[in-house]
Amino acid sequence: MAKTLVSMTLNGRVRDDAVPDNMLLVDFLREVAGLTGTKIGCDGGECGCCTVLVDDKPRHACLTLAAACNGKSVETVESLEKSGRLSALQKGFHEKLGAQCGFCTPGMIMAAEGLLRDNPTPTETDIRRGMAANICRCTGYVKIIESVQAAAAELSETGSAA
Amino acid sequence: MNENAPIRPANVQPVQSIGAPMPMVDGPEKVSGKALYAADFVEKDALVGRILRSPYAHANILSIDTSAAEALPGVEAVVTGMDFVGQFGVLPIARNEWPIARDRVRYRGEAVAAVAAIDVATAQKALDLIEVVYEELPACFTAEDAVAEGVTPLHEKRPNNVERHVEYDLGEVDKGFEEADLVREDTYDCAEVCQVQTEPHAAIAEYDAVRDRLTVKPSTQVPYYVHLMLEQTLGMPKSKIRVIKPHIGGGFGCRTEALHFEFIAGALARKACGTVSIVASREETFITHRGRPEQKTTMKIGLTKDGRITAVEATTTQRGGAYAGYGTVTILYSGSMIFALYDIQNARYNGYRVLTNTPPCGAFRGHGTVNVRFAFESLLDEMARELGLDPIEVRRKNLLKAPTFTVNDLMVNSYGLPECLDIVEKASGWKERRGKLGPLKGMGMACSHYVSGASKPVNWTGEPHATINIKLDFDGCLTILTGAPEIGQGSSTILTQCVAEVLGIDMGRIRIVAGDSAITPKDNGAYSSRVTYMVGNAAIDAATNLKAILTEAAARKLDVDPGDVECLGELYRAGTQDQGLTFDEVVMAALEGTGTITARGNFDTIPESWGGDKYRGAAIGGTMAFSYAAQVVEIEIDPDTADIHVKKVWVAHDCGKALNPLTVEGQIEGSVWMGMGQAMMEETRFHNGLGISNSMLDYRVPTIVESPPIEAHIVESNDPHGPFGAKEAGEASLAGFLPALTNAIADALDIRVTELPITQDRLAELIDKKAREAGKKEKADA
Repeated sequence: MAKTLVSMTLNGRVRDDAVPDNMLLVDFLREVAGLTGTKIGCDGGECGCCTVLVDDKPRHACLTLAAACNGKSVETVESLEKSGRLSALQKGFHEKLGAQCGFCTPGMIMAAEGLLRDNPTPTETDIRRGMAANICRCTGYVKIIESVQAAAAELSETGSAA
Repeated sequence: MNENAPIRPANVQPVQSIGAPMPMVDGPEKVSGKALYAADFVEKDALVGRILRSPYAHANILSIDTSAAEALPGVEAVVTGMDFVGQFGVLPIARNEWPIARDRVRYRGEAVAAVAAIDVATAQKALDLIEVVYEELPACFTAEDAVAEGVTPLHEKRPNNVERHVEYDLGEVDKGFEEADLVREDTYDCAEVCQVQTEPHAAIAEYDAVRDRLTVKPSTQVPYYVHLMLEQTLGMPKSKIRVIKPHIGGGFGCRTEALHFEFIAGALARKACGTVSIVASREETFITHRGRPEQKTTMKIGLTKDGRITAVEATTTQRGGAYAGYGTVTILYSGSMIFALYDIQNARYNGYRVLTNTPPCGAFRGHGTVNVRFAFESLLDEMARELGLDPIEVRRKNLLKAPTFTVNDLMVNSYGLPECLDIVEKASGWKERRGKLGPLKGMGMACSHYVSGASKPVNWTGEPHATINIKLDFDGCLTILTGAPEIGQGSSTILTQCVAEVLGIDMGRIRIVAGDSAITPKDNGAYSSRVTYMVGNAAIDAATNLKAILTEAAARKLDVDPGDVECLGELYRAGTQDQGLTFDEVVMAALEGTGTITARGNFDTIPESWGGDKYRGAAIGGTMAFSYAAQVVEIEIDPDTADIHVKKVWVAHDCGKALNPLTVEGQIEGSVWMGMGQAMMEETRFHNGLGISNSMLDYRVPTIVESPPIEAHIVESNDPHGPFGAKEAGEASLAGFLPALTNAIADALDIRVTELPITQDRLAELIDKKAREAGKKEKADA
């Protein structure tokens, strides 16, 4: 397989990699970059567990080619913790029990991160729409909605962005 | 709290950990992406394991030629059924499954060979090079076909394809029906459903050839069971095997038995003398699902005109799939759990577990109870309607008076169902609102229950039901060592809370290691909602023993009688005037002469809870405590699309005592929601044995968009034997949703749904049928 030199900003750091043209972003993240926080829960585009941000927008890393991220900014769940502090969303999912088994959680949090960057004060309907591509099998989503609401409230209090 | 600063006293109080909402102790790892699941061990030199699967639903394997695959550069090992020495299965009497089929395949997708190679492409190419010659056999895909005359049996020991027939006839059933004012019977069909836990199956196995040792990290709910089955299937001494449970992405029962990934990864690693990682695709995870079987139940109930149940008769058949698995237990639960919810004195049951050429079913959340509960609660609702009785009042007429034993000898000590009914009746506005919602709107209710751990273990060894060790050393840190698998249900959090509560210390002083056979005490696993009840009690016992050691050490140091030592968590003192000793000082005193302390705690069930022996298998259903739930579902139906909009669910669950109200709520909400999936959309489908719903698009589960608000109420009945009074919280609320929904449909449309899932298509047909019948009647009347 031919390779392309890909220069992407991954979690804030620029890196250059020779990437096979058919390599999926999710495989690049997990196997090349060693970022296993991004999960694979299905055979392609069904579950949302691999959701990451590409230039601030939530994307399925299993439906995105790594080579297509040349010149782009990719953010995974590993990027959220800053100076040893959980982000508002991470804190929300932890404290409100938005995560039970935790397998959908990285994708769920990244989808919510994308949502809050676009819309810092979402209604419940906005949250449901924004997270519609992410399957959770533990929570019934009740506490996921509460987690996102708690994070949005905290962010609007502190006046900072997601 | 700074652990090292000497706390000099006055206001020191024991820290309370039980009863308050506590985030999970492993939450930070999960929200930060640091939690490692089986597929996340990306070892540099790991080989990729891939499995070749049968294209036939039923066939003899005449030959397997793996020579071309073995010769392919990059292939390190190829295994077939001949690389295993033993079969696996749940019941010792029904271990009839090879990790890889040997001479016959019995379902489409059954493993026939496996390879370990340097990368995915090579492994895939190697699979293509394996030549298998099959001789196709006639196959049966439904329970009816499987038991027909002249059908080729799947297993020689089961010539009629019935894995197990369970029957009982308790009380005076015929007399009971004679005494009834109304007797009704109906048949209810439930589709096969699958757990669809978000983490696909995975296992990584590492073989140390120098020491002949195997380490396996499987996605499992039963690491010690996997350990024993690795011994049996691979023929390795169990002392040479280590099983480490990584983070687990949900279970819901699909991993309560060993599957085959663990064994195949182990066999490949041993043959390749290296590390092999098998990560199943979602399709393979569906094939290896061990879900809830397709089930047909004919239910008959006798009622007096004031709503008292006089007799029950149920006949049920499960399409079990190609191997025994948990099947015998499932069909036993379907029968035994007709009891222990209401006061039923007379009941007859015939249950059939049938073998078919489809992937084996297993233990899905609410194991065995859900589909029969759907039938019972639906028929009871229909009869209440016919008699003009309020469905909640009918339940109230049939309440048990705890403590009691049921007719099939199940022990019921704590019984919060009456309070559950009161709560959902009030919260939903049942009395005021029902019947006044307007057209196409409705409310329905139902009850359900579940065990808090099976009182008799499947594999009886004489060991206690649960054992916990707490290690305490110079650093003043307590390490809980438990084999109980944390699978996302929060067991590690609950056990930490139990230990912290007994000792009165902050949970921050405690670490927990769960599920590593080299380190932790053996545990039967996370199934039948046993962990909080059984392992929780063992944790309390261990912490109590540790507290006694610390109290004695403090007494020695303070030169007083142990009975005079007051334990305040971070301070041990003799009377209020005493300066006392800090926790760290007590620990150092306790280590004098003994060094590191390991306190052990055990739990055993009491014989009264073991179920009876009135019929063969009557022990299944025996438990130390039953949890109870009642729920009300409100819906609105779109007349054009037949879309059912679940507007709200009110549920009350008697969990004895909410050790952690946050995780209890999470379990209740998750259960109700999972019941909704089964009721409204979930269904595995096959075409001539080929799974045609093996993706999360074809097997639909509810998304966040269509999931309703769930108002969860906790009822605390304080079980006399439960840990701090607690019992099961994560299963009972599932079964009630199914009938509560269809009862709401009956309320809204006057249509009785007897086939699940009630998809839009099916409901549209029922609405059309009713309209046609009404039209015919109008014509006839005209």
